[in-house]
Amino acid sequence: MLRYALRRVLLMIPTFVGITFIAFLIMHLAPGDPVELYFHGGLAAGIQGASTERLADIQKAKEAERRRLGLDRPLPVQYAVWFERLVTLDLGESFKDNRPVWDKIRERLPVTITLNLVSIFLTYLIAIPLGIYSSVRAGSWPESLLTTSVFMLYSLPSFWVGTLILIYFCGGDYFLWFPPAGLHSLDYDPSWPLLRQLRDYSWHIAMPVVCETYAAFAALSRYMRSSMLENALQDYVRTARAKGLPERVVILKHILRNSLIPMVTMLADLLPSLIGGSVIIETIFSIPGIGQLGYQAVLARDYPVVLGLFAISSALTLVGILLADLLLAVVDPRISFGRAEQ
Amino acid sequence: MNNERSQSYRALVWRQFRKNRRAVASLYGIFALLGVALFADLIANDMPYYVVMNGRTYFPIAIDYGARLGLVSWPGALRGVDFKKLPNEGALFPPIPYLPRRADLSEESFSPPTARHWLGTDQLGRDVASGMVHGARISLTIGIVVAGIQLTVGILLGGLAGYYGGWVDLALSRVFELMLAIPTFFLILTVAAVLPPSIYNVMAILGLTGWIGVARFVRSEFFKLRGLDFVTAARGLGVSSSAVMFRHILPNALAPVLVSASFSVASAILAESALSFLGIGVPADLVTWGSILAVSEQNTFAWWLAVFPGFAIFATVTAYNLFGDGLRDALDPRLKV
Repeated sequence: MLRYALRRVLLMIPTFVGITFIAFLIMHLAPGDPVELYFHGGLAAGIQGASTERLADIQKAKEAERRRLGLDRPLPVQYAVWFERLVTLDLGESFKDNRPVWDKIRERLPVTITLNLVSIFLTYLIAIPLGIYSSVRAGSWPESLLTTSVFMLYSLPSFWVGTLILIYFCGGDYFLWFPPAGLHSLDYDPSWPLLRQLRDYSWHIAMPVVCETYAAFAALSRYMRSSMLENALQDYVRTARAKGLPERVVILKHILRNSLIPMVTMLADLLPSLIGGSVIIETIFSIPGIGQLGYQAVLARDYPVVLGLFAISSALTLVGILLADLLLAVVDPRISFGRAEQ
Repeated sequence: MNNERSQSYRALVWRQFRKNRRAVASLYGIFALLGVALFADLIANDMPYYVVMNGRTYFPIAIDYGARLGLVSWPGALRGVDFKKLPNEGALFPPIPYLPRRADLSEESFSPPTARHWLGTDQLGRDVASGMVHGARISLTIGIVVAGIQLTVGILLGGLAGYYGGWVDLALSRVFELMLAIPTFFLILTVAAVLPPSIYNVMAILGLTGWIGVARFVRSEFFKLRGLDFVTAARGLGVSSSAVMFRHILPNALAPVLVSASFSVASAILAESALSFLGIGVPADLVTWGSILAVSEQNTFAWWLAVFPGFAIFATVTAYNLFGDGLRDALDPRLKV
């Protein structure tokens, strides 16, 4: 198993290089660079009326800025420089405020991770019982109603639900039941007793968590349902029934246990989303997390931050895929390591 | 080779599909939407179907179609005419007499739904109902084109990997793994933000980033099918590789691929409206469902800008998802009772 894991880790390296190189190329081959963007807002505003000397000055300033940021060197060299620093876990400095990218990401990580941990926990808490129920009662009218509504939940665009919640429940022009932005109240004070801090925090994250959870638990409960239905057709279930086990035991001990296997691997799939954050939800509810950082960095062409986020989330995805395969092999002894790739 | 047996297979699937009322209803919904998208110019337009001017009858919408195709040019009498301000000699306007791309400053901005504007107006006084009708065209075009690109790339790469196996498969599988591990929405966001805003760029981006599901699926189907007797027979007869792949194997794998195409359309529509909502990728003056919705985020009093386009996105996505789900169930031989 160790050998297999090691081989897989080695295979991950070219994939990782490939992903970051693609991200790198996309940003650098696109028309317009960050220097151009920054100058248009500031120094070069009103450039049409400028004299030729002033134009030359601006051009010179742009060149100097490009040199400072290392944008004047050939692309492969730029990538190599970036990668070399990455090996020492240095993601470079943001173009925008010259702060280390790693610091910028680190200060936003806890926000996104706690938010997503809560969401994922709730997702499983709702999805598994829902999946069990809808497979056991498959075909009955309450189940049919449930399946239809779960399907609709799954198709609800989260940016629509988020906007509606913002309009109706977060003080748009209707109710002010939940705060429209941020993670803490305005009068938040770190010296508050823990319980009060917790209450304030849950009040703030309630609506974002709802938005992040509903689609995920809808999808997950569908998987759970079909996994349960598939297992219910297996021979060992018939054997269990034939030897007179009560239906409850058959469902909870035989079918359920085996149906949880894909759920385990889904958990590993969720690892990248734990950090990737939801760009849309964080933007709607003004939550200072990873998603918002990414969105702002993309808009400002802050290459080092964008690349850093690509690197971290693709590394996590790769680790997640590997973990999923390993976990699957651990819980399901039928899978052998040598030929796990089919 | 696909004569009677495949006919009966198709009939079998159709019979199974029709039992699923949800799926059948969503199929009708999809047809209705296609109708709206196809005839958007006839449902919502600021030109009349016909107009009588100085005793002569013109058909402005028909002329507009012709002019856009370059077949006819606008008659001099109609150039620069505001049809709505003509003396009443007789004209028939579409049910929604507005075009979303023409901002009319004489219209009230942020008007709630009224008899004049059924679904209200946006910040520039553009009619929302008209924006919805023409938005259907944009959303469906994007959904269908993107699904088309995804299917083409997915079938091609997945087919090659599955059919040839060996080192071809090994190499392509690395590419698949790469596409799988790349954070897709962030990638789409980055590409859409750095490219000049254009609806065609959005289609290309969504199409070229989303084919991985189809490719993996087609690969495993081809793996399964390439060992079967009919493939061996075809190869034994000297049929070329590409003909074996596309004429013999692909038709047998096509039905399940259709299922994923349906889901592709749904997710492409969702992704496009998310991009429009964030204001990335789609030109600022283009009215789409997502862009109408985005206005409401800044102007929270305008509930009609949130409710109607959001519902349209939701209903469309649901229809495609339910259709795909119904088709998948109908194709699953284990569920036949």
